[in-house]
This record gives sequence, C-alpha cells and structure tokens, in this order.
Amino acid sequence: MQEIVNRAKELLADGTVARVLGWKAGEMSYDVQPSYFETAQSLDEFVYNGFCGANLSKYMIEASKMEGKTLICLKPCDTYSFNQLLKEHRIDREKAYIIGVGCKGKLDIEKIRAQGIKGIRSIEGAELTDAADTLTIQTIYGEKTCAYSDGMLERCHVCKGKEHQIYDELIGESKDTKDGDRFAEVERIEKMSPEEKFAFFQKELSKCIRCNACRNVCPACSCRKCVFDSTKFDSSQKANADSFEEKMFHIIRAFHVAGRCTDCGECSRVCPQGIPLHLFNRKFIKDINEFYGEYQAGEDIEADVPLTSFTFDDVEPGIVKERG
Amino acid sequence: MYKIAKENLSALFRKIAENQELYVPVKTGNQVNFGAWSKEAEVDLDTLKTVKSPKDAFFPQSENLYTCVRDGKKLSVEPEALKEQDFVVFGMKACDVRGIEVLDKVFLADPVDSFYAARREHGTIVAMACKEPEETCFCNVFGIDCAEPSADVAVWMTEEELYWKSLTERGETLTGQVKELLSDTIEEKVEEQKQSIRAIMEKLPNAQMSLEGWNGEALKEKFDSPLWEELYKPCLACGTCTFVCPTCQCYDIKDYDTGHGIKRYRCWDSCMYSDFTMMAHGNNRTSQMQRFRQRFMHKLVYFPANNDGMYSCVGCGRCVEKCPSSLNIVKVIKAFEKQGGDKS
Repeated sequence: MQEIVNRAKELLADGTVARVLGWKAGEMSYDVQPSYFETAQSLDEFVYNGFCGANLSKYMIEASKMEGKTLICLKPCDTYSFNQLLKEHRIDREKAYIIGVGCKGKLDIEKIRAQGIKGIRSIEGAELTDAADTLTIQTIYGEKTCAYSDGMLERCHVCKGKEHQIYDELIGESKDTKDGDRFAEVERIEKMSPEEKFAFFQKELSKCIRCNACRNVCPACSCRKCVFDSTKFDSSQKANADSFEEKMFHIIRAFHVAGRCTDCGECSRVCPQGIPLHLFNRKFIKDINEFYGEYQAGEDIEADVPLTSFTFDDVEPGIVKERG
Repeated sequence: MYKIAKENLSALFRKIAENQELYVPVKTGNQVNFGAWSKEAEVDLDTLKTVKSPKDAFFPQSENLYTCVRDGKKLSVEPEALKEQDFVVFGMKACDVRGIEVLDKVFLADPVDSFYAARREHGTIVAMACKEPEETCFCNVFGIDCAEPSADVAVWMTEEELYWKSLTERGETLTGQVKELLSDTIEEKVEEQKQSIRAIMEKLPNAQMSLEGWNGEALKEKFDSPLWEELYKPCLACGTCTFVCPTCQCYDIKDYDTGHGIKRYRCWDSCMYSDFTMMAHGNNRTSQMQRFRQRFMHKLVYFPANNDGMYSCVGCGRCVEKCPSSLNIVKVIKAFEKQGGDKS
C-alpha cells in the first residue's frame, strides 16, 4: 500500500496528475470508502486492503470532466469496466493515469457477518500484502476467525484473472482467486421448471426496495438520465407499485446492460437485500457465449460486439423457442 | 413480569395471531425483514437488525390513497379504507421504537395523517431488548437505552426464556390475550442482562460520539460548511440509506394508470433522488452535494429545531451497514467534530 501512496505523491508533486482516485480508511477496519485525494497530506488517509472492493471505474465519468488528469487505482477486474466505458466513449483515456493495483481477492463484510461474527472491533489479515489464509477478527464478544476465502465477495470466487487489461503502471502482485464455476448457478436455474424459476426470482426480487444502488453503482448504467428517473415515465423509480414492477425494473436493466456488462459484480455487492442480481447478467453472458462465441466485455476494446454487429451466421431469434 | 419458554414461542405467535395480524422478523433468502407471521414463516429473533426498519408497519413503502375509475362519462372516486384491524409488531428494538416516535411528530401533528394515525391506533408494539449490540450501533448517543425498550410490551430473550413486561394499557390487553401461555416471574431475572447490555454499549466504538454543536442554532454554520463538498463525493445517489432508515419520512404521491382510471398512491421518497421535491418551477436542490447535505441537516439540525431538540436519527446503524460507499451519519458527525478540533 505504501508504494501506491509514495507513487501517488510523486505524480501529484510533479504535476502529472491533479488528483488521486482511491480508497479512504473508515471509522472501522472494513468501511473503506471511494475517495478523491488532492494533496500529499490527504493521502495519509489512503488505504488499500481487502475491503477495497468498490470498482472506481464509474467515478471516471465525472473525473473526465475535471481539470487535469486523475490517477485512478484499478484492480484487474475493474479494468474491464474501465475499458468498456472507454469503448462507449463515456470516459476520456487522456484524463486518466491508471495504476493497476494488485489484488488477491476482496472481502465482503456481509459474508463475514453471515458467519455469526458480530461486534467487530478489528480485522487482521485483510491487509493486501499479507495474503493471509485466515482473518483474525477481534470482536466485543471475543476473538473469531474466518477463512479469507469464506469472506470473499462472490465475484472473487469466479475471478477473471490477475491480468490488468489497461494500465499505465502496475503496483503490487495479484492472485487468481477463482475456485468456482462462473456459470454453475445459472445452469442450476436453467434446469428448473418455469414455475420453479418464477418462484426463485419472485422470492429474490420481492425483497427489492428500489433503492437503485445496483443501477447507480453499475459502470454499464451510465445513461445521463435513466428512464426510471423520468417524471414522464409511467413507472416510478422509487417504489414497486405491484409485483410486476419489481421484476420489470431488474429485467429491463439486465437487457439494457446485456453484452456490455463485464460481470464486475458490483450490483450484487451493493444490494442491501442480498439479491443475487449478477445472475441475470451471467445468464445473458452465458447465452452470448453460446450463440456468438466466447465474449468478455471490456477485454478487447477493438473487438466487435456480438449484440451490435450483424453477421449472416447469427442465430435466429427462434433459437430461444427451439432450446426451450 | 412474565416469562415463556423459547420452545413455546410459536404457540405464543399463534395465539397472538388468533386475535389480530402479527408482524415479526422473517428470514427470506438470507435476509431478515419484518413480515406477516404465518406457520410457514421462518421467524428470526436472533438477527439484531432487520435490513429495513419496521416503520413499514405504520408507514408502508407504498400505499394507495384513493382510486379513480372512469366509466364512460362518469368518474368515481373511491377513498382507500383506513386500517381497521388490530395488529401487533413483535421484536422491534428500542431504536426502532424511537423511530416511530419521530414519525409521530411528523404524521400526528396537525394536519394529522389519517392513514398513519389509523395504524398507530390499531398497532401494538412488542419491543425486544438488544442482547448483543453491534459495532454499528450508537443509539445511546441519542439517549436510547436498548436494554430497556419503551413500548406497549418490553421483552428480553435469554438462552432459554423470553421475559415479558407489559408497559401500557394496550400492552395489558395483549398480555391478557396470551396470559395462559405465560408464567409469573420476578423482574430481577432480567437485571443481569440489562447490566450486560449496558456494559457492551459503553464499549462500542461510536458510543462516546458527541453531538455537541448539532442543533437548530447551528443551521447557517453547518449549512455553509465546505466539508459537504468533500463528504458527498463518493455518494452514489442511491436511496439505500433513506429506505433502510427508521425515521426517514419523506414521501411522494404518484398515479398508477390502471387502464380505466388511476390509483393514486404514495411511496417513500429519498432526498438522494434527482426528482426529490421537484416542483413546477424546477428543483430547489440541483446537485448531489445539496441532496446529501439535506439528509444530514434534516436529521441533526432542522428536525431538532422544530421538535424540541429531538434528533431524527436513532443510531440504529442500518445506514452504517448498508451504504454501498460506506458513507454514513457517523462519518459526517465525526468529520465535523474533527474540523472543530483542527480549528482550535
């Protein structure tokens, strides 16, 4: 972490960048927040640890409008989102100085809490350099431990790999933390009967409180004004008038980001109700892979995009019916 | 004071539900929220905080106000019926109860909100002491004692038993309905738990937080502070903090097109949203910084200024746990405190 801070201070001092976009330490060991740093002194509060799950790419939309360059810290998986935003001309490459930061899997405090660990005072082992196998957690109710991988975000179990897709320089080592099958859960749901599928999604989506956190955090949701925020649109953005609306919002969103979603997993990370929103996106990704060949949004900025480039070999819409 | 063995709780719930609707913390897909009790519902009294606060029971996220039906050239307007059935909310926490007291100040003040008033009239609150407060809790900062909730009935949960103490007339009525399941005991039984809870509260990281300087008089100084520009920046402008909050009370009124008329309904609004308080002339808050500032100024400055010093934060810590960017009222209070310290 200190290496990132030192380098950021140098780049601020020599005028290469006007600000640093990174993470700031919180009040507790895990409540790290995205933050801008404009002075060397402010960087004293910079932190980079296992709780820096937030993908900073989307903040680059606003940073692209600011004066001067912004040093942005990106983890390997964040760089896919950054590339995708570049491809969609939503951010300015010239306004970014990318430090690709090493990542060994990021933690989800909810997963740690789900193991019955409460009253957390401090968490040892979340420092990146340690790459600890076990987290030692001091709580008001005594010392607890949790395997690092048990506390990891879902997306880290299906890690896209340790390579940064775009960067100006790299600091720190990365580790591929993949230990699961990205499409296993999608396949499980595909095998359900239509009634079971409906019941599954109904149960999950009925928890939705329409806070819009999934949409607002999503790097693919970068419309200047969302249709759901329009006062002229018949459906409200802030409440589900009926059970149809709660599904409609998520299904429209999934369709809208299809082919552009890099599967960064931020939607599921931020959902206060723990809805596995990434499953919608993964279903689309899986279908795209099967119908048009393997495609990873944000990997190759020059590549043709399956859903927006036509070829005579494209599957006919009837495939959906044939497949059942 | 009464008690009941934990294994008889489902019988207790069944008994309560014989006479009225019953809302309890229910686990659905790994998340616990208040919901209607049923024999099949997975009741979870161990999880300290429900994701959403129980304010829905009195002020639902969305509710119909009236329905307009067009039939040829005739237009009929049907007002929505007010709540007429009694109901019990079981398992609210002391902070949640204070949250309802905050809502009372808003909705029971003139002009009285008839929908809310009807629910308050028919609702009985059974509040539970917080056996194991968490690091995100800071209710004591607002003078709330989570070891001794004030409600219609207060309950304490130990390893094997639930202790029951009626505190109001309404609580007595409920106690009467379930008395056959309860047995007499003495109050000393829960003293130990109360002491232990209070001792834990003192150890919590935010328990010593000071609210000095947060009052109606501080309006201009706080409003004009340059700190807001810095604090709001990571805010995603989602409504998580407002929708999980037990005291956020702003709502919007909208029409739902039924094809042959409209249903006029109200739904929670969020000061974080771009169309919040938008009027015909436009919007009086045009930036996210202003919207972010509104939330905290409302809770810590405007509300106490208009309600004899009562803050509209209860320290439940839900926003602390749920904000996607880890922003929250604790960080705001501490940032101002630190700035004050830097000055001197």
